[in-house]
Amino acid sequence: MNLEEKLSPVVKNLAPSGIRRFFDLVNQKPNAISLGVGEPDFVTPWHVREACVAALERGMTTYTSNQGMPELIREIASYLNRRFSLNYDEQEILVTFGASEAIDLALRALVAAGDEVLIPEPCYVSYTPCVQLAGGKPVPVPTYAQYGFKLRAEELEKAITPRSKVLILCYPNNPTGAIMRREDLEPIAALVKKHGLLVISDEIYAELTYQGRHTSIGSLPGMKEHVILVSGFSKAFAMTGWRIGYTAAPLPILSGMLKIHQYTALCAPITSQMAALEAVKNGLQECEAMVSQYDRRRRLVVKAFQDMGLKCHDPQGAFYVFPSIESTGLDAHTFAEQLLEEEEVAVVPGDVFGPSGTGHIRCSYATSIERLGEALTRIERFVNRKRQLLPKRSLG
Amino acid sequence: MSEHLQHEILSLLKENSRLETEKIAHMLGESKEKVEQIIQELEKTGIIVKYGAVINWQKSEKPKVSALIDVKVAPQRGYGFDALARRIYRFPEVRSVYLMSGAYDLSVELEVDSMEAVGRFVTEKLATLDSVMGTTTHFVMKKYKEDGVILDDPEKDERLVITP
Repeated sequence: MNLEEKLSPVVKNLAPSGIRRFFDLVNQKPNAISLGVGEPDFVTPWHVREACVAALERGMTTYTSNQGMPELIREIASYLNRRFSLNYDEQEILVTFGASEAIDLALRALVAAGDEVLIPEPCYVSYTPCVQLAGGKPVPVPTYAQYGFKLRAEELEKAITPRSKVLILCYPNNPTGAIMRREDLEPIAALVKKHGLLVISDEIYAELTYQGRHTSIGSLPGMKEHVILVSGFSKAFAMTGWRIGYTAAPLPILSGMLKIHQYTALCAPITSQMAALEAVKNGLQECEAMVSQYDRRRRLVVKAFQDMGLKCHDPQGAFYVFPSIESTGLDAHTFAEQLLEEEEVAVVPGDVFGPSGTGHIRCSYATSIERLGEALTRIERFVNRKRQLLPKRSLG
Repeated sequence: MSEHLQHEILSLLKENSRLETEKIAHMLGESKEKVEQIIQELEKTGIIVKYGAVINWQKSEKPKVSALIDVKVAPQRGYGFDALARRIYRFPEVRSVYLMSGAYDLSVELEVDSMEAVGRFVTEKLATLDSVMGTTTHFVMKKYKEDGVILDDPEKDERLVITP
């Protein structure tokens, strides 16, 4: 019996993650410095871990309500209000297995066969497969280095058709580090309203915004009813492995998502909910301390790339820089593979995140200053070597 | 001078006093000259007292012996505890001296080469001082954390090498 034939065609045809192959390559180099890691290098703050241990000791090992623990939901509502001027009632919030589950829930709750989902790219690798699994049609929308990889209304409007239903936004962005300020969001919001679209706004990196506060698209006038906010604790509070996130949306949509969640997940783990409660109540100070460390590294890395002569827009969010490596004469995959082979530094080729990432590499600065400094020295040596191999341009 | 910038520089140097001025400037988005000038002022005003290293002596060839000594004092008229504290802190083997509330008065931290040296210091130097009424010596058996740095079993980077 050919078991592969038994897989549903959607799953069978799902493209494998472009990161996977590269992951295997890097794994063969145990001493490599990896700038390929998409998670904080900080361990979850101790008071958060301690709160989880205390909850276990008290015997908190049961299911919670499908929606999540009421106290946690209250705290999330208050946090969203204080930090991002968002007004959600408690019944408009759902606690999930990380932001990942929330994205899947939102897509499955909204997308019917043939519905088009607009996805600005380069972007996080899960959106397209999740749309396909939900039966929708992913429609990539390009963004460009010359505009700092911000989504522009011009490109978005070109991609909108009568079948367009959902727009997925992810700002601050993985992999580019781009952010959308209020004035960048306003024309997008206008298009969303004009075409009656819904926005799944993945704001997992919201706290990691430098030089000013993150603007949530749902806080713009008249936008709340268009927005499904997706976020979590992974990046802001260094809690990736806890798998704990949340989503907030107008009640009819949230109820649809809750229906799927209750049948497929039941509830997020109680231990992680207890830890999240401690984080959101008492963790902001440590979050801010981590953000200020990221900011220092960010400046250091951007400066280093610029000094190497690699074009690099100023990434004002998340913990990624996304320099262009075209001046080395290599494509991003060759660059990444040779850099790993020759200098033992791992970066991720940009086109893994979408065609607009071609010619770029994603470097995560969620790594200690010492290791970052060493990695940058090696990259510089590599870049200089490759440049010398380039045919000399005549000066005319 | 912006207080914020001063604070940022201090926290970077506290973490790593060997960090180059140029690197600090890049990290804070300031000019090298400005950072240089602020550091000089911090040194001049005594906010930066000195640059040192956090050392795990337990790992070195010649480990040091540390002891914490509780000192009960009969304060002198007109001087309080200060006069005695000054006599104690001038000994180079004394790492720190604190005036404490509670069961005793001065807490003295000693770092020397041997247990005998601790004994000699307490019996010959400390206990013989006029206003010292009594001492209790506690030897440090193992240091887990020193000056904000965890010395034993640091948390390893358990992350996967590449994640989306």
